[in-house]
Amino acid sequence: MKSLEELRAIRERVKSNVHLRKEDSPDNIRVVVGMATCGIAAGARPVLAAFTDEVAKRGLENVMVTQTGCIGICQYEPVVEVFEPDGKKTTYVKMTADKAARVVTEHLVNGKVVEEYTIGSISNLK
Amino acid sequence: MYRSHVLVCGGTGCTSSNSQQIIDALETEIAAAGLADEVKVVKTGCFGLCALGPIMIVYPEGSFYSEVKPSDVPEIVEEHLLKGRIVKRLLYKETVQESNVKSLNETNFYAKQHRVALRNCGVINPENIDEYIAVDGYEALGKVLTEMTPQQVIDEILESGLRGRGGAGFPTGRKWSFAAANQADQKYVCCNADEGDPGAFMDRSVLEGDPHVVIEAMAIAGYAIGASQGYIYVRAEYPIAVHRLQVAIKQAREYGLLGKNIFGSGFDFDLDLRLGAGAFVCGEETALMTSIEGRRGEPRPRPPFPAVKGLFQKPTVLNNVETYANIPQIILKGADWFKSMGTEKSKGTKVFALGGKIKNTGLVEVPMGTTLREIVEEIGGGIPNGKKFKAAQTGGPSGGCIPAEHLDVPIDYDNLIAIGSMMGSGGLIVMDEDTCMVDIAKFFLEFTVDESCGKCTPCRVGTKRLYEMLDKITRGEATLEDLDKMEQLCYYIKANSLCGLGQTAPNPVLSTLRYFRDEYLAHIVDKKCPAGVCKHLMQVTILTDKCKGCTLCARTCPVGAIEGKVKVPHVVNQAKCIKCGACIEKCKFGAIVKK
Repeated sequence: MKSLEELRAIRERVKSNVHLRKEDSPDNIRVVVGMATCGIAAGARPVLAAFTDEVAKRGLENVMVTQTGCIGICQYEPVVEVFEPDGKKTTYVKMTADKAARVVTEHLVNGKVVEEYTIGSISNLK
Repeated sequence: MYRSHVLVCGGTGCTSSNSQQIIDALETEIAAAGLADEVKVVKTGCFGLCALGPIMIVYPEGSFYSEVKPSDVPEIVEEHLLKGRIVKRLLYKETVQESNVKSLNETNFYAKQHRVALRNCGVINPENIDEYIAVDGYEALGKVLTEMTPQQVIDEILESGLRGRGGAGFPTGRKWSFAAANQADQKYVCCNADEGDPGAFMDRSVLEGDPHVVIEAMAIAGYAIGASQGYIYVRAEYPIAVHRLQVAIKQAREYGLLGKNIFGSGFDFDLDLRLGAGAFVCGEETALMTSIEGRRGEPRPRPPFPAVKGLFQKPTVLNNVETYANIPQIILKGADWFKSMGTEKSKGTKVFALGGKIKNTGLVEVPMGTTLREIVEEIGGGIPNGKKFKAAQTGGPSGGCIPAEHLDVPIDYDNLIAIGSMMGSGGLIVMDEDTCMVDIAKFFLEFTVDESCGKCTPCRVGTKRLYEMLDKITRGEATLEDLDKMEQLCYYIKANSLCGLGQTAPNPVLSTLRYFRDEYLAHIVDKKCPAGVCKHLMQVTILTDKCKGCTLCARTCPVGAIEGKVKVPHVVNQAKCIKCGACIEKCKFGAIVKK
């Protein structure tokens, strides 16, 4: 260790390894991926992985990615729900890893809901 | 990137209840479920709630599972990690409310705690230096070496008001400034990890859960006093702590955080371990240093103090593990932050090891000035089985008993001494109404008799005689004259012993005499043990009106002391009875009593 900068570089590199281990704060955005049998069969696993990776890549410490069971709309799986601190809930349906990346950029970072992936727009199409 | 971390306690308590098997099962199950890239299993240090181990926390949800068995693992993986359904039946009961799950920090056990020394225990993987660095590890050492002079470091520690956590409470900054002021070609920094008080295990937990904090703090101390070599004296009975220290020292050397020219500052510092063979007296500073030198662990007179002539006759700073665990935080957050916690003369927090007759056995860290009542009743969850609090023993064999009337005294160094006990290393043993205070004093004296090194007469012979007098009292053979003699002997031993072991050995006797003299008198005058503990002063008798003559007690008795025919009330043969109480437990009619 030759300098404080070197130590801090290591810290930046490894910080994301432990920031998960904090008490969940009410100010956090929660991203919940449906991971029941129906969700997993429809491909929820890569979606969950995509969210985790994107959130980590961008260092979004205020976002918690977690999973839940079946919420009853199996035909729309993989379903992802985003809960914001103000109580607003957005339900994204028929998600893929690519769609997940866009939700992270537009919704989680810039606060703009990706309307075309939400349950409202899909059921309107039908 | 992992989406979930499963933290499993790898402290001594949970390890002895099979937490390693749980970790192995978790890794197997997680791999089988194809989650190996998503879920990370981390072996951490102690979470503190040892009574409910093995403990597991799953993040990001923060679900706190207690008393986990290896057979529960498949369910946790299948339900929680795969499907996201928290396994409610395994949650720590206090966190489960009717409809939702409460945060761990809101539970009684954790709400009043304030973790400084135990900050990283149960949070990071102690065998991974990167995780320590991630939580600001070694930042304080870097700051000290690149931005501060040794004098500034000492001033900061002095200003913080930090006092030694090993027991005596000497101001740490003063100790450092004495050692810094003495010129020598070589100085040493030592860490006292020879935790020997019965019931105290906070140092072990810090070493097991956060070994790097001790290494970092010792390097800071080395810089402050001008030492380039340190020794950690740790008990060989702490194999997990020893192993993690070895791993941590190796990693610190690899990163150049120990060795030559640390942080490019020109400062050299290295550390070695020395294992203690289990003698209690080696926790005394001069005996400890004699032992590091490779000689028999016996104390020597002070002065000269270690800061003048310590290890190998060179100026030495010796601090306790918990003291060191506070140092990096003080450097990073400042003396004012540290001073804001605690009482006027005792700053910061203190870790207590809760044991004895209390629900939540474990480790708690509270600000100085917290009352005993808060610790016992709120954090500790009170006394089990509806029994009444009688006393709390602090300070181990050097301390004393605090009776119920002092439950509301704010705990700090000076208040404890004023009520006849001492902080000691922080062992806190709770006793209920079934505890005999004479017997407790005898227990601690038996310990000191065993552990006295024998170098000085007042301790070697005095503690033995003191023990014999206590034994006489518990046998009901003592007179009031003996009691006076005993008290005199206590003061004699205190005044004349060479080291802290002997000087404090009579404390358990003196403090019980002070608060529970009536119990001593009951043993001596009435020949009775009020708590029903001292075997020589009680009899096991069968109540003839309740006994149905079922013969169960006679068949249970290991020495054949119960006689009687079927359906006729039985009798205890007092000459044979060993008062083991087995018959009392077995009797279905409550017909057998101790008197």
